Amino acid sequence: MEADIEKLKNIARQIRIDILTMLVESNSGHTGGSLSATDILTVLYFYKMRYDPKNPKWEDRDKFVLSKGHGAPALYAVLGRAGYFGLEHFHTLRKLGSILRGHPNSAVTPGVEVCTGSLGQGLSQANGLALSARLDNKPARVYVVLGDGETDEGQVWEAAMTSAHYKIDNLCAILDNNGLQIDGTNKEVMNIEPVVEKWKSFGWHVIEINGHDIKAIVDALNEAEKIKGKPTMIIAHTIKGKGVSFMENKVEYHGVAPTRDEYERAMKELGVS
Amino acid sequence: MTKMLGTRDVYGDVLIELGTGNRDIVVLDADLASSTRTAKFKKKFPDRFFNMGVSEQDMMGTAAGFASAGKIPFASTFAIFATGRAWEQVRQSICLPKMNVKIVATHGGITVGEDGASHHSTEDIALMRVLPNMTVIIPADGYEAGAAIKVAAKYRGPVFIRLSREKFPVIYPENCEFEIGKAKVHSIGEDATIISCGLMVHMSLEAAEELKRDGLSVGVINMSTIKPLDIDAVLDAARNSGAIVTAEEHSIIGGLGSAVAEVISENEPVPLKRVGINDKFGMSGSTADLLKHYGLTKETVKEAVHHVVKMKGIRVRD
Repeated sequence: MEADIEKLKNIARQIRIDILTMLVESNSGHTGGSLSATDILTVLYFYKMRYDPKNPKWEDRDKFVLSKGHGAPALYAVLGRAGYFGLEHFHTLRKLGSILRGHPNSAVTPGVEVCTGSLGQGLSQANGLALSARLDNKPARVYVVLGDGETDEGQVWEAAMTSAHYKIDNLCAILDNNGLQIDGTNKEVMNIEPVVEKWKSFGWHVIEINGHDIKAIVDALNEAEKIKGKPTMIIAHTIKGKGVSFMENKVEYHGVAPTRDEYERAMKELGVS
Repeated sequence: MTKMLGTRDVYGDVLIELGTGNRDIVVLDADLASSTRTAKFKKKFPDRFFNMGVSEQDMMGTAAGFASAGKIPFASTFAIFATGRAWEQVRQSICLPKMNVKIVATHGGITVGEDGASHHSTEDIALMRVLPNMTVIIPADGYEAGAAIKVAAKYRGPVFIRLSREKFPVIYPENCEFEIGKAKVHSIGEDATIISCGLMVHMSLEAAEELKRDGLSVGVINMSTIKPLDIDAVLDAARNSGAIVTAEEHSIIGGLGSAVAEVISENEPVPLKRVGINDKFGMSGSTADLLKHYGLTKETVKEAVHHVVKMKGIRVRD
């Protein structure tokens, strides 16, 4: 299928607006990592994945796991825009009784497959989902987005071995490699390099891309689908806070919501008049 | 001669029975398949068996993924690794979304024996009981274990079943019934009731029998479901006998004794004595030596009964 790059760019812009609107209203949540993953989630939900928002449990659907669960606003924005729930829910993020919890919870949010938030657990869950599809001879593919800081967790590497050992080729992981974690840069806090070599040596097919180049994301996801006998890891080099100039590459925007003033400035940059 | 049977020894055969009738049953193990007996299932259904290697956290997460896709995963390893090493994976990936995962862990308690404290599991019930949505079961013999595993497979939601390495005397018939949350009341006592689980049940039955000779009427309850606790059975025991002894192969902190204490202190306060491991780690040793050293014997249970009966006598009455 030919990708409409301009259309996807426009959707990504809308997703960024939605994320910031959710966050300014909730006055809490993770801004930087939601914006760095936006283009990846946009291409997944509006180009690559097969799903039916009116039938969230459709058996042959592709499945998505946001292992870096603090990027929940980005996931909720794409799920809402895809039609899993009404856009009015965006105004309830992180509020008591909302279906949009601080971190993804499959028990309460349509379209969310598993619970994440405590880091390092999503790849294992994705392996289970992908192995189930294989056992049932279903065509479904499983996508999982990991944070770079998240890969400090040992469970990620246990799961990475499992994916390769069981040759889980209906699985595609994407590393949102924005280079920052809460306490500073990856290099300062815990060096994860050489990241490409690490995943290759764990038995994965590795593709390296610019995680904000829509065409590159499209091409990488299409390539991953053709790889047989091993899982694919797309190392997506991203910018934390991408799309809002004064948030880009700023550690401070990891776990805070924008102020009203910052929100107004961000909206101007995103072309909202 | 009493028949001896390990609660883990029935597990492999029950898995095959379940797997034969239902293609959604999948089994995961963390490099202990011969010890946990899941190797039997592997032999019969190799395509539905997943050895995860020595990685309990990944095993629990993968099991959650299987459950999310509609499978009924059984995840097995030793009890301390299932509940301790992977506790937070059990919490977030399994209990929070109420995933249909069955954690059947062997080598519970100190009857693991010579391997010592690193492999003993004396905190597992506390760790599992505190989790919302979790069901916690400790069968008292091999046949109850088989029945409990089959019921757990039909129940929708997370279940933790603790099995033992050691063989116990058989108490129940092979086709015995099991109902989640329903205690097995063996006898009603006027002087005291022993509420126990696992291998302490057969010791409690013997203790009650011997206490008859001391002129005491002592009831025995097998509380094989620790959560949800059979509150009615506990309160009936408190009302009928006015004194309770709990007995378990677990720390006296956080396990069956604590669960019973919580219920009676809030509803029907009566004298209570908890028999269990008194806030200590295990040591290496033979099972028999360890049980004696840590006071998990029929004699200790009898002493505890005498103690609570005496306490009853000196209670201030209004």
